[in-house]
Order: sequence, then structure tokens, then C-alpha cells
Amino acid sequence: MSVGSIVLVVLVLAVVGYVLGRRRALSTSAATGTRLHSLPGYYGQTVALFVAVPALLVLAAWLFAQPILIENRVRGMIPDSVIPEGGARSLVMADVRNIAGGLDAVLRRDALNEDALVNGNLDFSNVRVRLADVGVALGSDVPREVFDAAVTYRQSAKYGSIGMTVVVLAIALALGAWSLMRIKPKLRARNVSENFIQALLIASSTIAILTTVGIIFSLVFETANFFRMYPASEFFFSTVWNPQFRGGSDLGIIPLLWGTLYVSFVALLVAVPIGLMIAIYLADYAGSRLRSFAKPAIEILAGIPTIVYGLFALITVGPFLRDWIAQPMGLGNSSSSVLTAGLVMGVMIIPFVSSLSDDIINAVPQAMRDGSFALGATQSETIKKVILPAALPGIVGAILLAASRAIGETMIVVLGAGAAARLDLNPFEAMTTITVKIVSQLTGDTEFASPETLVAFALGLTLFVFTLALNVLALYIVRKYREQYE
Amino acid sequence: MLTEAATEKALERKMSEINYKMVGKDVSVYYGDKRALFDVNLGVRNNTVTALIGPSGCGKSTFLRCLNRMNDTIANAKVTGKITLDGQDIHDPDIDVVELRARVGMVFQKPNPFPKSIYENVAYGPRIHGLARGKSDLDQIVESSLQKAGLWAEVKDRLHEAGTGLSGGQQQRLCIARAVAVSPEVILMDEPCSALDPIATAKVEELIHELRTNYSIVIVTHSMQQAARVSQRTAMFHLGHLVEEDDTDKMFTNPNDQRTQDYIMGRFG
Repeated sequence: MSVGSIVLVVLVLAVVGYVLGRRRALSTSAATGTRLHSLPGYYGQTVALFVAVPALLVLAAWLFAQPILIENRVRGMIPDSVIPEGGARSLVMADVRNIAGGLDAVLRRDALNEDALVNGNLDFSNVRVRLADVGVALGSDVPREVFDAAVTYRQSAKYGSIGMTVVVLAIALALGAWSLMRIKPKLRARNVSENFIQALLIASSTIAILTTVGIIFSLVFETANFFRMYPASEFFFSTVWNPQFRGGSDLGIIPLLWGTLYVSFVALLVAVPIGLMIAIYLADYAGSRLRSFAKPAIEILAGIPTIVYGLFALITVGPFLRDWIAQPMGLGNSSSSVLTAGLVMGVMIIPFVSSLSDDIINAVPQAMRDGSFALGATQSETIKKVILPAALPGIVGAILLAASRAIGETMIVVLGAGAAARLDLNPFEAMTTITVKIVSQLTGDTEFASPETLVAFALGLTLFVFTLALNVLALYIVRKYREQYE
Repeated sequence: MLTEAATEKALERKMSEINYKMVGKDVSVYYGDKRALFDVNLGVRNNTVTALIGPSGCGKSTFLRCLNRMNDTIANAKVTGKITLDGQDIHDPDIDVVELRARVGMVFQKPNPFPKSIYENVAYGPRIHGLARGKSDLDQIVESSLQKAGLWAEVKDRLHEAGTGLSGGQQQRLCIARAVAVSPEVILMDEPCSALDPIATAKVEELIHELRTNYSIVIVTHSMQQAARVSQRTAMFHLGHLVEEDDTDKMFTNPNDQRTQDYIMGRFG
């Protein structure tokens, strides 16, 4: 049975369990004449939860574990002799998986039955040709051992999936029956489903946390590999970024860091004043009707894909800046520049600043405004001297959030600022950022285990630490200077 | 037979004899379609504490907020009728609402000190109105305002700590000091003690008593005892109408209107 249909069957069982549980609760209550502890629906819910949740969890775990187990078993079947000179076991394993997949098609086309495979009396001589006929291309002649491994692989996968179906459905039925049988009027079904739901919520947040931990670990391990091949001091303090395909590259992060900070700085220079003024206008001046229209309209800016902003930078802003400002003033001939990317990125992060600040300004109690107005302050005096100081920590938080967004931005930089790593003060020069270089180091046909590729992880980790520090700083500022209004 | 104009004139003459600081004539307030106040005629006398009493939702706070045009800050509020301050219409285009509010200060129900230091809270008004000529002048204003609000002794050693760190009663007196600092002529108080404990309330009431020598005070209160203790004149509101207005002593002993009698005796409200 396929995974989809197993899920479907389990869900149907859950619905059936719900109906049965509810009915049983009502009938036992009527038979014994005792009042139900919970609403009848909760008894149904406990059965449904016990049917669906453990079964689906086991299904997920099985799907995760099965390929790993089979892979390990089959891997052991391949003798070293069949691994070609200079090749890797993983390449042979790829062949095994291909053949296993192709065998299905071969069997179907030639109307053969399983016995032929299992008993080994399939004509082995022209396996390669036969597989090629059904669209599975193999590199060289397939050794007997590899073919056997493929058959085992296929067989294990088949038994595995049968086992999975049986186990999952058995769990669903067993737990369903158990929870159905224990239904008595005195059972605290409401509390049971409450606990169950709480466990489910905790599990969900655990997944998010574990994913974060996993990402950090993969970054850290690859970064450690990188630093074994390339000195950390060079990476952090060298001012030259010049990767070579044949080794001997200079991989200094400073030009990239400089580009990142420079572009982000320009972006914030655009976004912070405009965003703040938008927020003040929306929060304190605009009528509720204008506000209900303008706020979502501004937030649309955040929904535009960054590649579209990149195009805008590339074909409109860049040439404009070059033709009208940079060239007449003799500052440069490049259409991609820090200023181009910074301006466009600034527009992109305006809604982050404006929307968050607007919420924060709105959260300052009306009593503060009343107090100030009652003293004869004008609206702008009130905003300048009472509202903004009270909202400042939140606004700083919003700005830092926008900053971490700017630092992580890639597409606008590729198209707007170019890909040249450079340490320069002239904003009309092309520069590049960390994220752009991560992309360019990881794409293309380079060997994975070289410093030129692994540097991407070190860059990523640096960037991660950087934005994490910004977020922590933002949180710290918000906590420390949060105004107590009462 | 007197014409209508002559009657009006006679009435006005009578009003001017009493020395009114502020007079509201036919004041009505609408919040959107809902009418909150119906043709209220009420005067605020010089150096007098006027208490506004009445059950919740009777319009007493609404009337109070008309006197310094705080209803302007509510989007769909509309005020009709005429309100004068020293004979001048406060809705007159010549009158600047900012200046009006400097002359008619306000203290709110819940203490609302700004999230700034005690000093900055008091100095806020004088700063925006340019009342101080220098640092020492400002220090002087802050000190005398805090003294008038009876808070100086308690806070003089921690003027630069947060105003929000004070106790509720101290915060309310800080708000009074803040209002006093811009030298208003009238101080409006909207249930200034409703969030305070009895001891803090006693202090604020004592303060109101002293402030009367320099200011005209209008106070909205839910406490009959408070109205009796602090005010000289009392106005009773009910369902947006002014029921009656008289000397406090008379109102609490021998009111003209049955509704006032019932309210004071605690039969409704």
C-alpha cells in the first residue's frame, strides 16, 4: 500500500473511531445511568486521537528510518572489488538504486513475475540493454554483485513497505480498540484530549527547535572542515577575496563583510527615516479609513519577490544612477553599484520598519497622548517628546530586524551591486556581499571537499552569528529600555 | 414685557455679577450618532471647586472634556453650544487650542506620568511653552510646582528617577504638579482619586483644597463624600442632562430635584 493510502486509511479509521467512541460513551452512560464526565464528543476525540496520532508518527519514523537501514544492509553486500578505481562506494550505490527502480519497469514490460528475479533465473546477460530500453541508463557493464545488491534492495524495500503497512494499521487498530474499550462515563475524556493536544503542540515546537539545531550543527561541522584546510586567521583578517579553481585561493572575508555592511547601511539609510515617518503618519495622523487602506498597501512592498526588486535595480535604478550621477560627476562607470542595491533594498525593507513601528507607536497608551495634549502640546511635540521616546526600544527592535533582513538579502545584491569583491568607499563602485559569494561558491562543478566550496559554510556561519547577534541585541535593547507605562 | 433679548441680557448681567471663570451655554456633545450631552448650561466660578456628580455614563466627564476641548482628540465627537473662558468663546477661530489647554489644565482618572524622570515630567509643559528663561528658572518652576502638589518633600532627592516608579498616589500628585507647572487658570480633574487608596486620596483632597486659592477647579467624582468634602458648588448630571447645580451644602442637605436626592441617598447609580 502506498504511503498516501495508508494515511487515508488511518484517517478514515480515526473518523470511525470518533463516531464509535461517541456512541459508546452515550450508550454506557445510558445503560449505567451515570452522567458522563465530559461532553460525548470528547470521548470520540480521544479514540480518534489514539487511532491517528501514534500511527502517523510511527509511519513518519518508518519512512525516515527504512531507507537508511536498507542502504546500510545493501552497502555491505557490495565487495570492494567491484568499486572502480578512483570511484566511490556511493556512486555504486547510485547504480544499485537505479537498477532497483528500473527492474520494476522491466518486469512490467516483459510480463515477468517475481520468481524470475528471486530465483536468479532471469537472463542476466543483457540486463544493461534491457534497462536502457526502459529509460535507465547505466555507465558501464553491471557486475553480478551490483545486480544482486539491486535485487536485494528492491526486495527489502518491498518487504519494508508491507511491514510498514501492517505495523501502522495494527497500531491504529490496537490503540483505537484499547481507547474504545476503556470508555466509561467516569473516564475524564476532556482532560485526556487536553493532554494529548498539549503534547502535540510541544512536539511541533520541538521540531522547529531541532531543525534550527540541525542547521547550526551542519554549518559548524562543515566550517570546522574548512578551517582544517584553510587558516582561520587568513579567513577573518585577509583583505583579499580571490578564489581559484586550482587551489591557492585567497579567501578573506573582510571585503565581503564590508560590502554587506555598506549595502545594508545604505538600505537602512533609506528605510529608517521613510519607514518611521510612514509609521508616525499612520499611527497618529491618518484617519482610520486611510490607515486601513494604506497599511496593507505598504505591506505589499514586502510581498514582492526580491528577484523582481533585483530586476528593477538592474534595468532601471542602476543605469539611471550611472548616467545621471556617477558619470557626470566622474565617480564611476559601473551600472551595478552599492548605491543601486542599497536604494532598492531600502525600499524593500521600508514595510518592515513602518509596519512594526506603527504597531509599536499604536501600543503607546492613549493616556500618554491625552496627558501631553492636556498640557497644551501640539501633535508633533507630543510625538517627538512623548510617543517616540516611549516607543524607542520597540522601534530599535524593528530597525534591527530590518537590518538582519538586509544583511541576508541576496538577489537584489547580485543584480544591483554585482559580484566583485572590493574594499572601497565609493558607493558608485560595484561590490558584493557574503550571501552572493555563498551562492557563487556552492554552484558550479567544483569539488565539494575543497576550501573553495567549504568556505561557503564558514561564510554562512559568520553571517548567521552576525544576524543572531543583531537579534539578541534587539531583544536586549527592547527588554532593557522597555518603558513601564503605569 | 421683556423681550427675549432683554431677558438674555438680564441673565448675562446676573452671570457676570457672580464672576464666572468659564461658562458653558447650551452645550451638547455627539459621539457619532449618539448624543451624550443635552443643552447643558453650567458655569465654573473663580477660585471655587465645582464638583460634577452623577451615575456612570451621565455625561459629567464629557462636559469636563469640553472645557479644554479634549473632545477634539476623539475622531467622531462633535460639540455644539458656546463655552467661554473669561468671556471669550473657546471655539473662536482666534483661540488656539494649544493655548487654551495651557490655561485649562487637566488631571486624568488614572495617573499617567510620562515614561520620563520626575523632573522631566514637570518640566515638560514649561519647556514646550517656553516658560523658563534658563536652567535655574526651570529648576525653580519644577520645585514650586512639586511643592504646590505636596510632593516636593518626598521626591526632592530623586528628581531624576523615573516618574513611573512612584506609587499611585504620588504619580497622581506628580500629574497635578505637571498640570500646575504651566500656570493654568482652571484645573479639570476627572475622577482623580478613583485609582488611589484612602490615604493617597486624603492627600489629593487636601491638595485640591489648597489649590483652590489660586485656581478654579472642576472635579468629576463618583464619591459623594469627596464631593461634599472638597467642593463648594456641585452639579448633578443624569442621562446627559444637567439636573441641577447649587451650593454643595444645599445639594447634600436639601436638593431641589428628587433625582439628586435619590442619587445622594444611594438609591441609584
